[in-house]
Amino acid sequence: MPVNKKKTAKIGIEELYKTSNKLKQTVIDMLTEAGSGHTAGSLGTAEIFTALYFQILNINPKKPYKKDRDRFLLSNGHICPIWYATLSERGFFPKSELWKLRKINSKLQGHPKKNSLPGIENTSGSLGQGLSQAIGIAIAAKMDDLDYRIYCMTGDGELNEGQIWESAMFAPNKKLNNITWIIDRNNIQSDGKTEDVMPLENLKDKLESFNWFVIEINGHSIEEIISACKMAKSITQRPTAIIAHTIPGEGIEFMENNYQWHGKVPSKKEAIAAKEELRSII
Amino acid sequence: MLNARLKLNQDVFLKSATARSPRDGFGEGVIELAEKNLSVVVLSADLAESTKLKDFAEKFPQRFIQTGIAEQNMCSIAAGLSTEGKIPYAVSHAVFIAYRSWDQIRLSICMNNANVKICGSHEGFSNGPDGASAEPLEDIALMRVLPNMVVVSPIDYEQTKKAVIEVSKIQGPVYLRFSKAKIPDLTTKETPFRIGKADIFVEGKDITVISCGSITYEALLAVRNLRAKYKIEAELIVSPTIKPLDEYRILESIRKTGKAVTIEEHQINGGLGGAISELLCEKLPSPLLRVGMNDSFGESGSYEELKDKYVLSAHHIENKILKFLKEKKEQK
Repeated sequence: MPVNKKKTAKIGIEELYKTSNKLKQTVIDMLTEAGSGHTAGSLGTAEIFTALYFQILNINPKKPYKKDRDRFLLSNGHICPIWYATLSERGFFPKSELWKLRKINSKLQGHPKKNSLPGIENTSGSLGQGLSQAIGIAIAAKMDDLDYRIYCMTGDGELNEGQIWESAMFAPNKKLNNITWIIDRNNIQSDGKTEDVMPLENLKDKLESFNWFVIEINGHSIEEIISACKMAKSITQRPTAIIAHTIPGEGIEFMENNYQWHGKVPSKKEAIAAKEELRSII
Repeated sequence: MLNARLKLNQDVFLKSATARSPRDGFGEGVIELAEKNLSVVVLSADLAESTKLKDFAEKFPQRFIQTGIAEQNMCSIAAGLSTEGKIPYAVSHAVFIAYRSWDQIRLSICMNNANVKICGSHEGFSNGPDGASAEPLEDIALMRVLPNMVVVSPIDYEQTKKAVIEVSKIQGPVYLRFSKAKIPDLTTKETPFRIGKADIFVEGKDITVISCGSITYEALLAVRNLRAKYKIEAELIVSPTIKPLDEYRILESIRKTGKAVTIEEHQINGGLGGAISELLCEKLPSPLLRVGMNDSFGESGSYEELKDKYVLSAHHIENKILKFLKEKKEQK
């Protein structure tokens, strides 16, 4: 069995919060430059992406295709600006790529395209497929006796998709304990509040009844994200789902919890105000 | 009459000709392949028995993945497996896998040029008694339109067995469609088979008949009858690969005969007939007759009854070609 040498950027919690704040500002700039995209979910998951890429994942930006790396798959592809910003910050590709988001001839597509740049591990956009893709990788890891982990993020509105429940049934049945499924529970989707559009609660009960090991956390607490991910690694017989409660648009008051920011971007004026507010927090 | 070079089954016209099911060829081919290629894994959505995968599952339990009745999940899982170097064969009835999971095949598989083989059994009317819902007559069209996808519809047991192995050599997605029905052997073990290549089973000069899938048997009978009864020398081109088409061979033949007929157990729109129509419009405008399902659904019935009712039996093909030739003659 190959030994995984942990190659994470070891930085303190305070630094991590600074990083997530910086990533949010980058996302605002990217989306304003792009002129379209999904703002709320991108901002609301900045702490999760920071914790994963700067603390949790066994990855090396210099060797992005290394066989025993941890995999992260984004199923709710529309929040890719935060993924791109994080990958770039972590050194997977130059910052200059970020300003090409959604533009012609860009490697940063409006929804992720696998391997268009290093670190982009899957193609998504049509909701509901990422967890199944992650399962495929997880089975391959077991077959090949490799002990890397597969992380998959989905949205919560995405859980309306039937395929999610096909995969939710499948993974525990095959004892795929190498999967950590992170659900961005931000309570909004395109047409409104999740509980108005298609209620998901009680989500924890639902997943537990499918035999997932379920952890509920505050998705803005980097400490909680790290400790949940660590706990997931110790679970031996089943996969782990982390329900990360988040505030869409977190950090920017006029966006927070307003579902209308799901699929629109700030104007130049709003962007300035948003970034000022973010800078005032740190 | 049969092209000697292809080493076809000389007994094909006899009542005693061996008839076998292409799905058996599939099941046996997968085992033969997996014995040699350790990257091959097989996924089944609760139809291992009817797609002849039981033996594979017993022989290679570690490489057999049962997903339950969940084709969407199965296809995206297959995509995930392929990213780690596996060669997944995702298998179900064509009517489920090509339809229910089209979005997954498009996004998870084709957009990544993922090395996944989508295998659809029970083609056309071969699951006839189950009725219209169980009769895939649109799947070639659905798969053919997807970028990166290769579409293969072998004609009998031996060719299906060969096709299973041959498609593993293609790096990228393949749709492999095959029949449940028992079809008299047209080919032998020695008959050459290559993806992307069409073969002239019968040489002729009067008209080019192009077919794919198990209905090729009926096309062959029709071609024989036209020759015996009316001295019409039709050239039969068997084109199991619908995408990419063997354009060179097909155009060469139609340049010689001046007209073409397509025969398929599929809608005449979007499948082989659609592909040939597109080819001819662009490169060699010629009269074309498309024989297949004419924009309707099927119903319950035996394989033979359905072929007869929906004008795909040899005598219907024969009559349609006769009529077509007559019309073209009058137009001249």
